Amino acid sequence: MSVTTYTPLEPMYSDLGRPIKGPQALTSDWRRFWHLTFNIAKTNWKMRFFGSFLGYVWQFIRPLLLFGVLYVFFTKIGHVNGTVGAGKDYGTQLLAAIVLFTFLQEGTMNAVRCVVDHEALVRKIEFPRMVIPLSYSLLAAFNLLGNLVVLLVFALATGVHPMVTWLEVPVLLVMEAILATGLGMLLSTAFVYFRDIQPIWEVVLQILFYASPVIITMYTVQKNLHGFLLKLYMFNPMAVVLQQFKHAFISHTVYGAAYYTGGDKWLLVPIGFCVIVFVLGFWVFNRAAPYVADNL
Amino acid sequence: MPSGANDRGQLPAVVARGVTKTFHIPEEQRHTLKERVLHPRRKVGMRHFSALRDVSFEVPQGQFFGIVGRNGSGKSTLLKCIAGIYHADGQIWRRGRMSTMIELGVGFNMDLPARDNVILNGIMMGLTPREARRRVDEVIEFAELQEFTELKVKNYSSGMTIRLAFSVAIQVDADLLLVDEILAVGDASFQQKCFDVFNRMRDAGKTILFVTHDMGSMVRFCHRALLLERGDLLQIGEPQDIADRYLELNFGRTAQGASEAAPDERAAVGEARVVEVWVEDETGMRLAAVPQGEHVRLRARVLFNVPVEDPAASVYVLNDKHEAVTVASTESMTVPTGTFAAGEEAVFSFAFDNVLAPGRYSPLVNLARRGTGLDVMDQFDSGFSFIVTATRAYGGVVDLPVEVAVERARDRAGSSAL
Repeated sequence: MSVTTYTPLEPMYSDLGRPIKGPQALTSDWRRFWHLTFNIAKTNWKMRFFGSFLGYVWQFIRPLLLFGVLYVFFTKIGHVNGTVGAGKDYGTQLLAAIVLFTFLQEGTMNAVRCVVDHEALVRKIEFPRMVIPLSYSLLAAFNLLGNLVVLLVFALATGVHPMVTWLEVPVLLVMEAILATGLGMLLSTAFVYFRDIQPIWEVVLQILFYASPVIITMYTVQKNLHGFLLKLYMFNPMAVVLQQFKHAFISHTVYGAAYYTGGDKWLLVPIGFCVIVFVLGFWVFNRAAPYVADNL
Repeated sequence: MPSGANDRGQLPAVVARGVTKTFHIPEEQRHTLKERVLHPRRKVGMRHFSALRDVSFEVPQGQFFGIVGRNGSGKSTLLKCIAGIYHADGQIWRRGRMSTMIELGVGFNMDLPARDNVILNGIMMGLTPREARRRVDEVIEFAELQEFTELKVKNYSSGMTIRLAFSVAIQVDADLLLVDEILAVGDASFQQKCFDVFNRMRDAGKTILFVTHDMGSMVRFCHRALLLERGDLLQIGEPQDIADRYLELNFGRTAQGASEAAPDERAAVGEARVVEVWVEDETGMRLAAVPQGEHVRLRARVLFNVPVEDPAASVYVLNDKHEAVTVASTESMTVPTGTFAAGEEAVFSFAFDNVLAPGRYSPLVNLARRGTGLDVMDQFDSGFSFIVTATRAYGGVVDLPVEVAVERARDRAGSSAL
């Protein structure tokens, strides 16, 4: 044993550089951060469909099935065409809205439990904690891309033509992704301390589903809400995303979001809302990150 | 002193300065938002548990450093603070690439097969995905799990899991390895493999921080060690000293009246009675834990109720399997034990060099009249026991002082040629 004669010297702490900071939300090593986020998302995706081809197909079928049920009910059985404002493109609009809403739903529902579900990692290994909620947003984005392909095929088959406004689609998706990620960070932190967040959030999502123009069209909403109430309705970022998507992707006969808010400037409210949720989510997560391992 | 650098001019691999970790535990678990909303004003009392208090030390590069302590002493918490898993007060400096193995694992996803886990963990520890994929086979081969690569980790035995975890932890060529209780599971051959790796890393100048309960391996491998007790740093020093102190802590060196026999009706009936039995060291201090190698005395105090001439006392030292490891008797004395009047007391002493293997022993004292030793007056077995402590246990019943040597057999090749 060669070093047994070592005697501790009085250290000059200033020579040692900066002390370590303990667990953090982010890291300066962005390459590792990205590799981790991507690979956790990939493994979670693989795990969900591990060894089952049907599982993967199911991922596509689920929104289609929901679409089928709603479509048949509202236009064929319930004959509520007038109520929902079902016009020529109603089918495509419904599917588009379901696909987009599924992204938010999936992204946030998975994110709620994510930190707690990755307890083994959080308690045993040092890594930037933000990787976990981000990987779930990324996972939801993988699925969204798959579903968008289905939507594209459906849209083209029902007579939608490519338009220049399709270029707006990525912007809308980014806006929704910012919202979903912000909510994911908020919810995953809250879930560490309050375990009933999950059922509460499920209810909130249900409310949001019916409070957004998914089944119902803005045409009908406008007939019932006027003035400020209509504006208020459009302050829901999901209403803006869904409506603008329908306008830009499916048909210009559907009015854009700005038409219902009463001017472009009012769009800043829902956009600002997304940004605030994201910043708040980040702030909360970042603050909690060093202590999450203590509270699991 | 010029700086924190050691004699080779390098900065230490790990420095801790005043590291303190306090956990705030709510006295009442409130895990739902509903409760918070329904009773917003109710204050929940917090219990503050200090897991570590003002711990300062440094580990130079290339040292194999042991962290020992009893359960709940804060060893694992300390390791987690150094690993950056817990946020601690005070300052910690760390140098070089780190790899950790905490709480018997590296954060496996139980639902994934070994292969995916190895890749994911490699990336966690800072490898690029390509590097991680390239090393998978090597890692799995080291863990001896080639046949189980596609099996989900939840179906692994604990030994298999730890083998995989250890292989993953050492794959990243870390400069600093933090290991927690690696030897608690795993068979002997894998333990040997671990130690081979440790030795190799040590020779390569890597630094290892090693939390363990196993004093034997600690003494065998560590250059220095640190002893924690209830969050306080008790001692830093030579592994052997730390091991001795640890054993002392565990068993308590001095006995506290544990030897007093319960008073019973025997006193009135019997002709003589063994009042108490104890073990003491050379200074006469009573011991509950007897370190191996020490010269100690087992003593028995006897009260005679009737006059007795030349009584014989024998002591059977029974191990925990109730086997008499050794038996000593006054019969071997060359002089008579003497004559005792009624009411008189005598103390019988049996001194020996403690070569007993580590474990618990209960002495049974047999008091008989002179002669065959069969005319028993009293037998003492009221539950007094003592512990023999040692830094390593090889498995024998006694550990005789054996001189071990190896020499080359002379000219074996030559003689067989004849």
